[in-house]
Amino acid sequence: MSIILDHVNYIYGEDTPFAIKALDDICLTIPDGQFVGIIGHTGSGKSTLMQHLNGLVKAGSGRIFFNGEDIYEKDFDMKKLRSKVGLVFQYPEHQLFEIDVFSDVCFGPKNLGLEKREAELRAYDALRKVGLPDELFYQSPFELSGGQKRRVAIAGVLAMKPEVLILDEPTAGLDPKGRDEILHQIKELQQSSGMTILLVSHSMEDVAEYVDRIIVMNKGRVMYDDIPKRVFGHYKELEEVGLAAPQVTYILRELKRRGLPVDGNATTIEEAADTIAEALKRRPSGKLF
Amino acid sequence: MGILKTQEVVYEYIRRDEEGNVEGITTAVDHVNLEVEQGQFIAVLGHNGSGKSTLAKHINAILTPTEGTVWVDGMNTSEENKVWDIRQTAGMVFQNPDNQIIGQVVEEDVGFGPENMGVPTKEIWERVEESLKAVGMYAYRKYSPNKLSGGQKQRVSIAGVLAMHPKCIVLDEPTAMLDPNGRKEVIRAARGLNQVEGVTVILITHYMEEIIHADKVFVMDSGKIAMEGTPREIFSQVERLQELRLDVPQVTLLAHELQKRGIELPNGILTIEELADCLMS
Repeated sequence: MSIILDHVNYIYGEDTPFAIKALDDICLTIPDGQFVGIIGHTGSGKSTLMQHLNGLVKAGSGRIFFNGEDIYEKDFDMKKLRSKVGLVFQYPEHQLFEIDVFSDVCFGPKNLGLEKREAELRAYDALRKVGLPDELFYQSPFELSGGQKRRVAIAGVLAMKPEVLILDEPTAGLDPKGRDEILHQIKELQQSSGMTILLVSHSMEDVAEYVDRIIVMNKGRVMYDDIPKRVFGHYKELEEVGLAAPQVTYILRELKRRGLPVDGNATTIEEAADTIAEALKRRPSGKLF
Repeated sequence: MGILKTQEVVYEYIRRDEEGNVEGITTAVDHVNLEVEQGQFIAVLGHNGSGKSTLAKHINAILTPTEGTVWVDGMNTSEENKVWDIRQTAGMVFQNPDNQIIGQVVEEDVGFGPENMGVPTKEIWERVEESLKAVGMYAYRKYSPNKLSGGQKQRVSIAGVLAMHPKCIVLDEPTAMLDPNGRKEVIRAARGLNQVEGVTVILITHYMEEIIHADKVFVMDSGKIAMEGTPREIFSQVERLQELRLDVPQVTLLAHELQKRGIELPNGILTIEELADCLMS
């Protein structure tokens, strides 16, 4: 079971002078349970791509298969697709509206036509999964902090029990601790429930730390599609398209240039510290005590 | 007195229920005293809900203190007849560029501020030109803002403030919605304004890498100033910052990890160059 995109094209403002090719011949396979990071500069087509996956935008040409079914077939159930592929927009807390947190999270499952009891069970479960403390369940969502609101919004999507969760910059505007907490919980969710996660992000450090695979979008095309280490190996090309590698990559490059035999492919702080410590040990004049 | 001084500033949000009865009071800013000199580059850090944006809104009199006093260039923000002058002295740029751009063409947008102030037409155009040049957006003066990237839009917003010839610019998380390149462009523009034009910059951010060049850093927590010092002094205290839900730049964190592995390094390393120099010496 998986998502397959087969030669997908999409043009904004087709047949007008402002036509822009937003997606250009996209072919991708996303297997179940993968944690995928999508990066690309503003306007590279990331969000358009995500909106195709739950049928919010229909491809100009090409086909999309969800669990083996062509989502553009006449008798395909779009409503079911939207309950299976949950999309968390940027700044999702702007969409909170109910009088208390719990009712807000219940809204999705109720809308799926579930019984009140089942909807409430799911809401409870979803709020636990995002790590929201029980005492906040009956507060107004508007009285919570930025990070808490964002979690409630994510819980609202989780309560629909999606098989695929798409998050469009879930950490924008959050403080560093809030960023770590949310990403950590998403990772746990992926590992415990086997959910497929697609994470759109502008933070190279976050992507390097958490995902199994990175898709780099540029001008509506897939520029790279590989494991983080190999993608960030192309840091010069990434800079040319408005991106960057995590800062540790640059530190290791500089140390290597100065003759310290470190592994230049490390992308997280842990890995970098290990390889530097290792390299210093091997140097007789190294500063190890 | 410097460009900005706050004395025992308190700001309380009053929460009301549907009938308008007071439900509770939240103290967002709690007895804050600080002073900023003209021409400084100041950074303000703090977790979500720590009160930094509320404090920022006091600098151009969007909010006035419940208790205490804020002076901007010697003017008391609580005096209503000074509001106009205060807003010309201290300009503000917000997080979302799309909420701040109103013109159909870049140069018109930048001209809106000075036009509103009654600046003569010829001078408006001069100001538009110099402001756009200062943020590196002059080549885009005839563009429609909606054809620009996030970083470019944010620089247009800064130019719009700059055209009013403020002595001080407050940037409230100007890079939160931008990609890495956009972030770099905006921070470069802000540093340029500070160093070349001598404008006082107050930058609020969640990205630790952006403030390593600041003259001074204030860290806020539950409405109070929790830490204050140079970036090196602040970022030397990795654990303390993490307690405050913050972080340090990746270079600093890496140096900290290396220290834990028994490698001797000074505290508060801020740049790649410094770390490489220390490790290779």
